[in-house]
Amino acid sequence: MSDTTLTNSSLEVVAGNGLLHRRLFLTGGAALAGTAGLSLLTARPVGAEPLEIPPWMRAPGAAMSAYGQPSRFEADVQRVTGGTPNVVGSGVSFTPHHRLHGTITPNSLHFERHHSGVPAIDPDQHRLLIHGAVQRPLTFTVDNLLRYPTVTRIQFLECAGNSGQNLNPQPPQAPCGVIHGLMSCSEWTGVPLAILLEEAGVDRSAGWVLAEGADAAAMSRSIPLEKLMDDAIVALYQNGERLRPENGYPMRLFLPGWEGNMSVKWLRRLKVVSEATMTRDETSHYTDVLLNGKALMFTYPMHVKSVITSPSTGLALQGPGLYEITGLAWSGLGKIARVEVSADGGRTWADAALSEPVLSKSFTRFRMPWRWSGGPAVLMSRAIDDTGAVQPTRASLVREHGERQNYHNNGIQAWNIAASGEISNVFA
Amino acid sequence: MSSRNARLRAMVAMAATLGGIHAAAQQGPGLGQPISAADLAPWDISIQPTGAGLPAGSGTAAKGAEIYSVKCIACHGEKGAGQPNDRLVGGQGTLTELAQVRTIGSFWPNATTVFDYIRRAMPFQAPESLTNDEVYALTAYLLALNGIIKEGDEMNARTLARVRMPNRDGFVVMYPERAQR
Repeated sequence: MSDTTLTNSSLEVVAGNGLLHRRLFLTGGAALAGTAGLSLLTARPVGAEPLEIPPWMRAPGAAMSAYGQPSRFEADVQRVTGGTPNVVGSGVSFTPHHRLHGTITPNSLHFERHHSGVPAIDPDQHRLLIHGAVQRPLTFTVDNLLRYPTVTRIQFLECAGNSGQNLNPQPPQAPCGVIHGLMSCSEWTGVPLAILLEEAGVDRSAGWVLAEGADAAAMSRSIPLEKLMDDAIVALYQNGERLRPENGYPMRLFLPGWEGNMSVKWLRRLKVVSEATMTRDETSHYTDVLLNGKALMFTYPMHVKSVITSPSTGLALQGPGLYEITGLAWSGLGKIARVEVSADGGRTWADAALSEPVLSKSFTRFRMPWRWSGGPAVLMSRAIDDTGAVQPTRASLVREHGERQNYHNNGIQAWNIAASGEISNVFA
Repeated sequence: MSSRNARLRAMVAMAATLGGIHAAAQQGPGLGQPISAADLAPWDISIQPTGAGLPAGSGTAAKGAEIYSVKCIACHGEKGAGQPNDRLVGGQGTLTELAQVRTIGSFWPNATTVFDYIRRAMPFQAPESLTNDEVYALTAYLLALNGIIKEGDEMNARTLARVRMPNRDGFVVMYPERAQR
C-alpha cells in the first residue's frame, strides 16, 4: 500500500496466465507511466491523429438543468427488462453492471422486481400501520417518519433469484448485467424499525412480523422480529434523494444482507405475530429446492459472492496487453476479507486489491492487473468474507440442488476469453 | 402523550438494561397515531397457518368453478392447467425429478396461503375485488382439483384451517436453527 514507485517486483507474475501483483494498481497510474510498465504492452500504440479545436469549444454549452441526465452518448446504458406474459408490471429489470463501475448503483439503474407493477402512491395518503402483538396499534404518516432519527448505510440489495440461470444445464449467453443484474448497492437512509416497534409497545416474545406492501399484489413476507430489532430500517432515501417509485416510494423495508424480496417495497403494514404467516412468497417462491425433493425454507442471508464485471460478457477485449480485471464482491453476513482471481480457469489464484472502504453487507470493488497474451484464458473470482465463508463452486451447488434454475446461487462465475477478444459465459 | 412517552422511556431503559439492541437506545418523537381494531380491520387481510384471520363466509368447488371460468381461466388455463401463467394443479410425485412441477397441490405447504393469496392479489387485474365467499369457493375449487378435498366439501374458517396439504412436510426450515449454514 505504501509503495510510491514501481519496482520490478511490481510486475511480478502472481498466478498463471498473466496475473500480476495487485501492487501494480495500488501504486497508482502515475507511477506506471514512464516505467517498465509500458513494456508490458505487446502492441505499441499507433501514432495519434493531429489535434483540432472541437466544435463544443467554439460556442457556449447548454444552460443549467433542474434535474441532470446522463450524456446522450451513454443513452444505451440501460436496465434490461424481463416480464411475465400477460401481466405487465410483473417481472424484473437488471442493473447493467458491465457498463458501470465503483460500488454505488445509480438510482435510475437499480434493479427492479415487481409482483404487480409500480404503484403511484400519493405520500400524503400513505400510512404505515403497526399492529398485532403490540400494546398500542399505531399509524405513521410519511411526514411523521421524516421527523424520526435516521441511520445512513451503504448496503447491497440482491434478489434471491439473482444469477439463478447459471444453474441451468447450459450457461446463459447474455451480458454480465443480465446474468447478475438482480443486485444493486445504494446509500440507504431511514428510521430504525426498533424505534417504531418500541413506540408501539411490541411484544418481544412474539417472534415474527408480517410485512406487507401497498402494491396491487399486497406483496407480503414474514420477517423475524429479531432482524427488525437489529439492523432493519424503514428506508426513505436512496443515494441522497427520496426513494424512486420502483424502489418503494414513499417508504420501504430494508433488511441488510438478506434476500431482496424481504425488503418489502411500498411498506404499509407490519403485523406482529407469533409464527410465520407462510405467505405465497415464502412458500411457493423463495424456497430453495434440493435434489431429494425437499425445499429449504427461510434461507434469508445472501451468502458471500463475487463477479468480475470487466472483462465480462457484454464487453470485448481490444487486443493483447495490460488490462484491469475488476469486479464486485459482497456478503450478507459481513465484510469481504479477500477476493482471489484466476486467469487459468481456477488452476492458480492470486489476491486482488480491495478498494476502501470495505463495508459490511455492501459491495466491495476489487482490482487485479492482468497481461493478456492473446491466448486462451478463463477469468474467475472467488470471495471470502470475514466469517471465513468461501464462495462455492457452481459444481458444489449443483450437487446439492441439481442442475436447474434456483435461488441463492452464489457460485463462482467464469468468463472465457477467446483469441478474438470475445467473452462468453462458461461453466468451469 | 406524556404517559406514552414515559412508557416508551421505561421500555427503552429496560431494553438498554437487558443489554439488547443498540438501535433501541435511540428515541423517536412519538408521532404514531393510535388506531382502533375496528378502524384497522380493512387492512388486516393476512391469514395465519392456524387459520387465524380467516373471515366469516363459505364456498364450494362447484361455485368456485363458475367464478374460475370467468375470472381466472384466461391466465391459468382450463382447470388450473396453467398457461400463459402459473399452473395451479397437479405435479404431485414430481418433486424428486429435475423437471419437477410445483403447484398448489404438489408444493404449497398450507391451504390458508391459497385463501390469503387469492384474496390479496387475484384476479391480477382487479385484486381485493372478490367477496370472502368467492375466495372460499375458489379455494375449494383449487383444492378439489388437486384431490386434496372432496368435490362437495365446503370451505369456511373452520374447515380450511384443518386441510392438510400433501407437501406439508416437504420443507427444511433454515431459520432460526440453521440460519448460518
